[in-house]
Amino acid sequence: MRRFVYIRCELLRTIRNRRYALAALGFPIVLYFLIAGPNKGEHDLGGSGLSAPLYYMVGLASFGAMNAMLSVAGRIATERTAGWNRQLRLTPLTARDYFRIKILTGYLTVLAALALLFLAGTTLGVRLGARDWLVMTGLILVGLVPFGALAVLLGHVITADAIGPAMGGLVALLAVLGGVWFPITGGALYDIGRALPSYWLVQASHVALGGQGWGRTGWLVVAGWTIVLGALARRAYRRDTARV
Amino acid sequence: MAVRAGTLAETVAAAGRGIELRGLAKAYRAGDSVVQAVRGIDVSIEPRETVALLGPNGAGKSTTIDMILGLTLPDEGAVSVFGEKPSAVVAAGRIGAMLQTGSLLRDLTARELVEMMAALFPRPLDVDEVLHVSGVAAFADQLTQKLSGGQSQRVRFALALVPDPELLVLDEPTVGMDVEGRRAFWTTMRGYAAEGRTVLFATHYLEEADAYADRIVLMARGAVVADGPPTEIKAMVGSRTIRATLPLAPKNELERLPGVMRAEVHGDTVILVCSDSDQAIRALLARFPAARDIEIAGAGLEQAFLQLTGEGRQAAA
Repeated sequence: MRRFVYIRCELLRTIRNRRYALAALGFPIVLYFLIAGPNKGEHDLGGSGLSAPLYYMVGLASFGAMNAMLSVAGRIATERTAGWNRQLRLTPLTARDYFRIKILTGYLTVLAALALLFLAGTTLGVRLGARDWLVMTGLILVGLVPFGALAVLLGHVITADAIGPAMGGLVALLAVLGGVWFPITGGALYDIGRALPSYWLVQASHVALGGQGWGRTGWLVVAGWTIVLGALARRAYRRDTARV
Repeated sequence: MAVRAGTLAETVAAAGRGIELRGLAKAYRAGDSVVQAVRGIDVSIEPRETVALLGPNGAGKSTTIDMILGLTLPDEGAVSVFGEKPSAVVAAGRIGAMLQTGSLLRDLTARELVEMMAALFPRPLDVDEVLHVSGVAAFADQLTQKLSGGQSQRVRFALALVPDPELLVLDEPTVGMDVEGRRAFWTTMRGYAAEGRTVLFATHYLEEADAYADRIVLMARGAVVADGPPTEIKAMVGSRTIRATLPLAPKNELERLPGVMRAEVHGDTVILVCSDSDQAIRALLARFPAARDIEIAGAGLEQAFLQLTGEGRQAAA
């Protein structure tokens, strides 16, 4: 119950930080209306039989979720630069709980970002069955676990000054290789993409387009990245807090 | 040359259960060179004692405190707090600390920040009480990024108090406070210590250490220079200083002269910090007849303190 007080304060901070809230919540919505708005009436995008508002909503769902989760890195870097993690190390809060709370806050931000995006989708005429909404959202949330670990890792190895551009570049790269903007169907990029967690995040959102979800490869890739990034994040946290 | 509390330390070690620092050493790599921040110190602090760690910047106070708090691992030696490892004592919420570096978490009011941290401890004090005692109550509803330096220090103090700790560790707690704030702070602190808590604070103000500590541990260049009650330290620091021009004087021989506590050799200039300057000047002239330009000064507290801790060399340069 008392952990709840701590998490409530974390959320308060998220909401009060306008720049952060705008970047994590506002940015995907603005992009969505910019891209999908003008093509609102397009019901057969590139001959795929998919409507433009649906296709872009789904694409931005994976992008927005990734963006919101990775923005946790910026918040950690800022706290670290301010020396706050030293203060936290003087409390009974364990490294594990610190991760958990940060990632939980990230997830709540992601849920808010997805809710806004789905709401925006429905205003442009997107209609999906309950099962599609749920499976898509559920898989996206699972697919974000390695991104949570990545955010904690990067928040500890990159300084607050550098984290903005670094994350911008990383999100763009992961998005392109993962096939957020346009599908990559063959060649070396396809093989690289399939080994990345962002590819499977995109596959998760494509459930709403009639996609197959993950299959065994998907689960293995997501689990593998979770283990590797989780271990690296833990190490970075420990090394970093030894002396700032 | 230095007053060491060797016998006191042994007594305390037998009694145990306080803070024990044994042969503690820590070096940092700064580029190609290695900075020896703490060079093997031994200090024992009894439960319910209020001890000041006094010394100039760079003396190793903060590094020592970091090791006591478990924020830094020593290269050599051991720390025990209440008979346990620092991490265990921290995990149990028995230490409250005010760190020197770092700013407060943004986008929360002072009250929210204290509530947030209180939620992490097993037996926190009532938040309203802490806000009142620490003097934060007056600005508790302001966002932390809008607070002045002195107000931020009070919030830090509140954060140190909120776990209801048995050991309070304060690293330069009054930096950024005005005179009035300082007085109020120490009054609160003294009340707290009187409730049976162990208090360790670092400062570079001799007056603060003298006025509020039961005992002063004087540090310079990573070593304990003196350790004793404030009266004793003040007597040492209130000593006289002999300055002379004496080319090629061997420092170790100067330090062995009777009445000399400490010698500094800076080019041709020699500075002797003396416990008995009459004896020292006779011995100096007998041993080194070439000494000239001799000055004997009854150093002011601050100046003598600086010389005692070895900073006189820089001041003289």
